[in-house]
Amino acid sequence: MQQSNTYIITFSVILTVVLGLLLSGTSQVLGPLQKEAVALDNKKQILGAVISGEEIAAMTPQEVNEYYSNRIASVVVDINGQEVTEREGVAVTAETVDIAKNYKKPAEERLYPVYIFHAEGKPEAAENYILPLYGAGLWDAIWGYVALETDMNTVGGITLAHAGETPGLGARITEPGVQQRYEGKSIYNESGELVAVEMQKGEGKDYSGDPHQVDGMSGATITAKGVNNMLKNYLSYYEAYIESKKSSSSVATL
Amino acid sequence: MSAETIEKKPAEALLSKRRKKLVTDPLIDDNPVTIQVLGICSALAVTTQMKPTLVMAIAVIFVVVMSNLLISLLRNTIPSRVRIIVQLAVVATLVTLVNEVLKAFAYDMYKELSVFVGLIITNCIVMGRLEAFALGNKPYDSILDGFGSALGYSWIILTVAFFRELLGSGAVFGIPVYDYVSGLFGPDFQLATNGLMVSPVGAFMVLGLLIWVQRTKTGYVEH
Repeated sequence: MQQSNTYIITFSVILTVVLGLLLSGTSQVLGPLQKEAVALDNKKQILGAVISGEEIAAMTPQEVNEYYSNRIASVVVDINGQEVTEREGVAVTAETVDIAKNYKKPAEERLYPVYIFHAEGKPEAAENYILPLYGAGLWDAIWGYVALETDMNTVGGITLAHAGETPGLGARITEPGVQQRYEGKSIYNESGELVAVEMQKGEGKDYSGDPHQVDGMSGATITAKGVNNMLKNYLSYYEAYIESKKSSSSVATL
Repeated sequence: MSAETIEKKPAEALLSKRRKKLVTDPLIDDNPVTIQVLGICSALAVTTQMKPTLVMAIAVIFVVVMSNLLISLLRNTIPSRVRIIVQLAVVATLVTLVNEVLKAFAYDMYKELSVFVGLIITNCIVMGRLEAFALGNKPYDSILDGFGSALGYSWIILTVAFFRELLGSGAVFGIPVYDYVSGLFGPDFQLATNGLMVSPVGAFMVLGLLIWVQRTKTGYVEH
């Protein structure tokens, strides 16, 4: 049976419209749920920088939200470390800042959220400062959160995530074993310069004596480089804020 | 496409012998993975753990059955010159639906399976069943056929995942079996996991062995 061109075109148009409506309908219906899921995942990642993955995995979504609201306070700062509460007439909160979108702007114009992990119910008793990271891996975006201790020098923990690194190689940045290598490292050297922490090439060496180096991932040197750049870049963007916190905490101890 | 015969035949039993064969054939004798060697890409990629594999299997069952049904319903109206595009559009829509639902209700799973759910679109099993069966058969038969093929795919990837997770991570469905077993033999006893099983190479080996065992049993030879 050979159909006419008109029939074929009509059929295609109807099919396209029906399928299109179906898809946009679902996306409309599921959109809010998906947003919630993404927000929850984001909170898990932020918390992942300060508490272990198993603890988070054991929590229900409600518990995660509760824990997050009890223990995390947040501010948004600009490149000079000044707090930003509104931009272009719109109120700014850390949770609404899209790191990926900000990444496309010049560094001076970006908004920089800071998540402050504090003792339960006591926002002034900060335990960790959690800073977001964003950069490029080998294939696609990588991002994460690094937690600094209150001395603003020691790394308390880090979470790393990726969009499409090679499974088994670069994708290993999500493994707890890799992320734990950063714990206890320092981002400032003895002369007070920001040097961040660098993942080295190759794997299996012991870097426990060096405060600025961690063991690499075999076969994933470019991803590791991406992580290094991301960490260094974002720490330098936050440097003004870090310095201000540093001086205020040293004043407090005097 | 031939017009269907109008002459009345006695209604076929809901699960007649022929229909049962539609479901059972693809399980062993005409298995899409081990005999036709289709859908290998996802069989390698998602089978490091049982849980994502199960979700993947359910997603494939849903997509194959639904697309078979829809194409079979439309089979007399689909213009034959654009039938591949029509099939692709239907499959792509269904896969996108699965992806959206996963994203809304199982975000962790969505992240873990990531691109592989989308790749169901290009899974040869889906298009193969549409071309070979749904275009020329009635809806109910097409559902059975699709279900059979998807089930054949599912049990293979679940078996591969079972061995890969057990040997590679020492667990089944995330339950640390190795820890329990080594606990029985005292504190010094430890079962070592095999890192090879976690990498795609491990999937090749398990799948290869599975095909070997199966072909030894059924006596199937490729011509």
